Parts: sequence; structure tokens; C-alpha cells
Amino acid sequence: MSVEFGELKKGVFPTILFETHSDASTEPFWEAAREDKLVAPKCSNCGTFRLPPSPYCFECQTRGVEWVQLPGTGTIHSFTVVRHPLHPGLAECCPYVSGSVELDGTQGAGARMLVNIIDVDPDAVRIGDRVEIIFEHVNDEMSTPRFRPISK
Amino acid sequence: MTIKDKAAIVGVGATPYFKRGQSYPESELSMACSAILMALEDAGLTIKDLDGFSIYSSSCDPATVGAELGVPEIRWATSTTSGGGGCAGALGVAAAAIDGGMATTVVTLMTLQQLNKRLGGSAVGGMLQYAMMSDAGGSPYGGSGISPSVAFTANNGMLSPGHSFAQLTSRHMHLYGTKREHFAEVCMSTRDNAIKRPTALRTEPLTLEDYFNARMISDPLCLFDYTMESDGAVAVITTSAERAKDLKQPPVLIMASAHGASGRWGPALFKYFQIPNDEFPSSGHRPVAKRIYEMAGITAADVDVALLYDHFSPMVIMQLEDYGFCPIGEGGPFVGDGNIRYGTGSIPVNTHGGNLSEAYIIGMTHVREAVEQIRGTAINQVEGAEIALVTGGPAGSPVSGTLLRKA
Repeated sequence: MSVEFGELKKGVFPTILFETHSDASTEPFWEAAREDKLVAPKCSNCGTFRLPPSPYCFECQTRGVEWVQLPGTGTIHSFTVVRHPLHPGLAECCPYVSGSVELDGTQGAGARMLVNIIDVDPDAVRIGDRVEIIFEHVNDEMSTPRFRPISK
Repeated sequence: MTIKDKAAIVGVGATPYFKRGQSYPESELSMACSAILMALEDAGLTIKDLDGFSIYSSSCDPATVGAELGVPEIRWATSTTSGGGGCAGALGVAAAAIDGGMATTVVTLMTLQQLNKRLGGSAVGGMLQYAMMSDAGGSPYGGSGISPSVAFTANNGMLSPGHSFAQLTSRHMHLYGTKREHFAEVCMSTRDNAIKRPTALRTEPLTLEDYFNARMISDPLCLFDYTMESDGAVAVITTSAERAKDLKQPPVLIMASAHGASGRWGPALFKYFQIPNDEFPSSGHRPVAKRIYEMAGITAADVDVALLYDHFSPMVIMQLEDYGFCPIGEGGPFVGDGNIRYGTGSIPVNTHGGNLSEAYIIGMTHVREAVEQIRGTAINQVEGAEIALVTGGPAGSPVSGTLLRKA
């Protein structure tokens, strides 16, 4: 399989999926992402957030949601530093950091985002570090979310 | 009413184990057939007796194998869902089929050849497959496409099993102070067990220095924390405890078996990670552990040898906690104190060399070793072993555990 990743930057995992494959449950997320906004569905019955957006609330098994704009900040819940490229063509972006982020304004588990965390020193990044979202507008459809440290 | 002691493992068969791709010109089908025939022979049975398949992780197509070997009639064909986590649990499904009168002689197997595919997701095509796998629904007829949730994770760079288990591991280290020295001890003790075994693929001694000199793959995991990529097939035959008494080998009773997980353990890996906080730094096995001990009427203290699925060394530590060999969070120091060493430890673990050093046949090598331990024929035989624990996973739900005992 011949693969082209375009220009690679150390620490930044390249976009490999260029379409959102969205449905009614997920499209509001991508619409907001195109405008650099982070939104998430909040259960209109019990207030639980869920990401990725999905048809049912895992707490109360109802379907209604209200879309809420979140501050876009959060805390690193866990992470890994990928040092060995999965594909030789990815060598130039290694090492990079990927992990799960608990989002401010949500309950945490059930609405974590799993993301590439950029602009960090892979040897200094820690669980509990504060981060903020940044969208890469790849094309008219896909805006890839990543997180970076909150500038102090 | 449970399946406790209703069925027994009566035959084991295995091909040699190979490094990835080196089983060629054998095929997954030919190796599956070889292992099944050897397992039947070991039990003193023939293909005329075989009437059931209880598999996991889509190990084979019973339709194809049944036709190839001329099985007279297939009366039971099931697979536990998801991947390697179902391994030990497939034995319980076999026991349930037999106890329920649905079949008499059931095979559980894995056959694996990584010639044109690699389980570790080492190409972008593979990465996308991993991104999609939890949503694909397992239908061989396709039609699933890329589900909408995939777009939330496909571009995050975290698309191989190692990247996933590294996250659970980082969290465990953060909360409990678990150290890389503890992972090293899992790797070194497992390697020591492999050294004496002719079937093992990794037999060179492994020192702490070697461990710390190895390249990091996905922090905190280094090369030696990863299992290897192997080819081969292993099959076991299960029948009723009553019939087992008259067969060739001493019966190995299925004392208890369960597969499953907390609902929100979910697909767990690759793309989910929405596990509630108390269960995140775990192997996901806690509910299964509780059920098999209840079914068997024993506790961890009664287990003589533990064959724990070890695709990644830290997951052995988390399973030791979840199966009650030590308190939650204390698995690191527990292994650090030498507790899992063969010959001297309080609970010998992976006496066959495990996935880390013997071979990775997605869990079936652990089942084979558990049977040999209970028969008393293991190379690293635990003296007086009467009860063995064998596990499948951590992986996406279901994970599984089975207790085997001497009749």
C-alpha cells in the first residue's frame, strides 16, 4: 500500500481520514468545529454529556440532547508518547503525544476526547496538565481537533 | 445451576509456533486442521466424534473446517464476540453447550498466520481497520462502512493496540506509583520460564539492563513489554465430565468460566476510552473474576498457577489485582517482590513463557499450559497444581476467565 502523508511535522500526527462520515448525531459537532467551536451533546433528561455523539444516553437511556458549547479546555487524563512509527512514512512526526482529555464543563468519563496533543515536550508532558483545543481545517468538511498546552 | 465441573478438557493439539509469516507454506486452514486432529488423537477420539465449535475472535470458519475434515455433523457453532478477550470464555461456552445437550464434543481453537496481515496495525490501511473495527459489527458481508464515530478518533494517532494499552498503563503508574521496573520483572520472569521450553520463540536470557536498553515504542511501553507476532494453531477438545472419565487423558475439569465486562468497559480500546474512572486503570476483568470465583466456590488463594493473557506486560499486573492476588494498585510491588516467579513465588504466572516469550497465538497457548499443569505434565510443572486460572484479554468486551481443576 503506497501512502502519502504530505508534509510532516514532529509531534503532529497527520490527518488520515478526510471525511467526517457524519450523521444526524454527529454533524452538529463538525459544523461547530469548522468555526473553531467545541460543542457536545448534553442529555436533555439527565444532563450527562457524551462524546463521540451517539443515539442514546448511557445514564438514562433517553435520546433527547441539547448542544452545548464548551470552553474547549481540559485536563490530560492519560497519554502515550508514540516513538516508533506505525508506518515508515510516519517517522518524521515521531515522537508525538496522544491521549485522552477530560473536558471542562462535562462530567469527564463518557465525554473524553481522544486526541493528538501538540506543542508539548514529550519528555515533560504529565497527566493532569491543562490543555486547550485547536482545530486544523483540513478541507471544507474535516476539521481535525487537537489539543495543546494552555499558554500561561 | 451452573456449569461447574460439568465438562472437561480432554485433548490438546498444537502445531509448532513460528515467527510471523514463517509458517508458510502452511495456511490458517491447514494449521487449524492439524491442531484439531492432534487434539482429537490426544483425547483418544476421532473426527467422527467432533460435533461442535466454540471459538472466539473469528479464529476459523467452522463451515470450512467442517467440510475440509469431513465432520459428520456440526451441532454447535458459536464464537464469542470481539477479539482475544473471549479465549478462555469460549471454553465455558463449550461447557454450556455440552451441559445443555446441544453437542457432545466441542473444539476451541486459534489458528494464526501473519503473512499478509499484521495484528499490530502497522500500515495506514491497518490503522483505519482498527479505527473501524468496533463498529464493523463483525459481518463478513461488509456493508458497515466507516461509522460516524470513527471520525472522532481516526486522526489522533492512537490506532494500534500498544498505543491503547499504554494509556491504561500511564494512568496506573500515575495513580499507584507503578514503575517500569515492575514491568521489567514481568518480562524477565516470563522469559526465565520460556528458556527451558523447546516451543518458545524467545529463549535468550533477559536482564534488567537489556530491558532498560530496549527502544521505547509507545511510552511507557518498550519493545520487551510487547508480545511478539507469531504463527501457529492450538486446539483443545471439551466433552462431558462423565465421558471424560473413559478417555485417554486424565480429565481437566472446567470448574468455572465466564466472559463479559462492565457495560461501560465497552470496546475499551482503540477508540473508546470512556471507561469510568475507577475501572480505567484496570484489566476490565473484575466482574468476570467475581463470577468465576463464585461459581467455583474458591478465592484467589486457592489458585495454584495463573496463566494470564500477556500481550502487554503491565496488563499482567492489572490482572493480578483484578483477580484478587493482591489489592488494587499494589500489583507493581507485588511482582517486584518476586511473587509471580516459578519455583519461588506465591502465585507462579505464565509458566510457559506467555505471549511475551513463548508465542502469541491469541491466548490458546495459555489454555494449553493450564491443561498441562493440571495433568501434571508441564515443563515448568508447579508441584501439586490442582487449580489453574486462565484468562483472555484485556481487550474490548468480553474479556474472560476460566478455572480448571484436577478431577
